[in-house]
Amino acid sequence: MRLLTHNMLSSNIKGVSNGFPLRIEVEKVIEKEVDCNPDFLINMFAKIEWKALVDAARTMGYAELPEEAESSMLDSDEFLRKFHHALLELHLEEGALVCPETGRKFPVNKGIPNMLLHEDEV
Amino acid sequence: MSSRPELLAPPEIFYDDVEARKYTSSSRIIEIQSKLSERAVELLALPDDGVPRLLLDIGCGSGLSGETLTENGHQWIGLDISLSMLNIASEREVEGDILLGDMGQGLALRPGVIDGAISISAVQWLCNADKSSHEPKLRLKAFFGSLYRCLARGARAVFQVYPENLAQRELILRSAMHAGFAGGVVVDYPHSAKSRKEYLVLTCGPPSLTTATPKAKGEDGESCSEDEVSEDEENQTVRFSDRQRPRKKQKVNKKGKGREWVLRKKEQMRNKGINVPPNTKYTARKRKARF
Ligand SMILES: C[S@@+](CC[C@H](N)C(=O)[O-])C[C@H]1O[C@@H](n2cnc3c(N)ncnc32)[C@H](O)[C@@H]1O
Repeated sequence: MRLLTHNMLSSNIKGVSNGFPLRIEVEKVIEKEVDCNPDFLINMFAKIEWKALVDAARTMGYAELPEEAESSMLDSDEFLRKFHHALLELHLEEGALVCPETGRKFPVNKGIPNMLLHEDEV
Repeated sequence: MSSRPELLAPPEIFYDDVEARKYTSSSRIIEIQSKLSERAVELLALPDDGVPRLLLDIGCGSGLSGETLTENGHQWIGLDISLSMLNIASEREVEGDILLGDMGQGLALRPGVIDGAISISAVQWLCNADKSSHEPKLRLKAFFGSLYRCLARGARAVFQVYPENLAQRELILRSAMHAGFAGGVVVDYPHSAKSRKEYLVLTCGPPSLTTATPKAKGEDGESCSEDEVSEDEENQTVRFSDRQRPRKKQKVNKKGKGREWVLRKKEQMRNKGINVPPNTKYTARKRKARF
C-alpha cells in the first residue's frame, strides 16, 4: 500500500466520527521506482491532506517533505520529485493501520491492508 | 455467466486459492473481463486531457479489471473480499493498491477524493445474504452511501452487473438512487442472450458538461423497445432508467408521493439531461411511490 491510498483511507468503524488519518505502524517498507507524472501530482495536490502525508512519510523513514505546502510549489521540480516519491514509491509491506479514535488495528500483510470490520463494528 | 457462483457460496469462500488461480488463468475470462472493463472505462467518460485520475475498482479480484485502468493511464485502489483473489493480484504485480474489504460494510474512504469508480461482475454478490447478520438492502445502502460520499462531485461510477432477475436489478438501482446518484442502466447487445451486458452508469451530484451521460452504443434515441428484434445485434444498446420496474413490485409500495411530485421530479431529471418518458395520463397512475 502506497501513501496515496493511506491519504484517502479513513476508519469507518461504527461510532467513529473522525477516522482520519490512520496511524501507521511499520514493520517493513519497500520502495519501488515508478515514472513521475507531474499532471497527476498537480491534479492530486488539492485532494491530499498534506500534514497526514508528511507524518506518514516520516513514519516510513522519509523526512524530505516540507512541513507546509501550497500549490505554487508545484512549479518546482524538486518539490514534485519529493511529492512523487512519498506518494507513489513508498510501500507499507508489513505493519498495521490504526484507527485514531478507537486504536483498532487493521493489519497489513504482503502489502494488503485488511480493512474487514468485525460484525459489531458495522 | 452460465452458472451463478454467487448462489453457490459466499464470495470469500467461492474464490478460494484454487478458484482464484483457475479464474485468472483462463484466457476466455481474461478476454471477457478486459472487454467489460474497457467498456466501463469508456462509460466513465473521464475528461480527455491525458491526466491520470484516481479511480476505484470495487470487487477488483485478481486485478484483471484494474489492469485495464492501468493501461488507460490511471491510478487505482482496488477492494475485494477474497484474499485468494488479492494474493493473485499481488503475485501479478498489479499497479494499483489493493485492500481486503467488504463493500457491503461501506468504503473506508475520505469524502470527495475519488475521480471515478468501476466495478466489474461484482455487485450482484451483494444481493445475497451470506450470513444471518446480512441484510442485502442495508448492505447495498451502506455501499452506495459510502461510494457517493467518497466520489468527487460530478464523478461517475460504472458497474457491470449480472442481476439474477428484474427484482435484483431494481433493488440495486433503487439503492443507488436513494444514495443520491443520478443515472440509469445501459444494455449492450440486448437481443443476444450471449453478449447481452448490463452497465449501471451513475453520476454523483449535479452532472456537469464533462460528465453528461455518454451516448450509448448503437442507440437511435427513439425506440427503447426490447421486443423490437434487430438484425444488427452487435450494435445495439438500450438505455432505461429506474422507472421500468416490474409492475407487481410497484403496487406493493404504499407510501405515495403523488402525481405532482412525479411530474416535478421528471422535470428535474429532464433539466439534468436525463432521458425520461414523456408525461401522459398514465404518469404516476398506480405506482405513486416511485418516480
Ligand atoms: C467475477 S469476480 C470479478 C473480478 C474482477 N473485477 C475482474 O473483472 O476480473 C467478482 C469479484 O467480486 C468480489 N466480491 C464479491 N462480493 C464482494 C464484497 N462484498 N466486497 C468486495 N468484493 C466482493 C469477489 O471476491 C470476486 O473477486
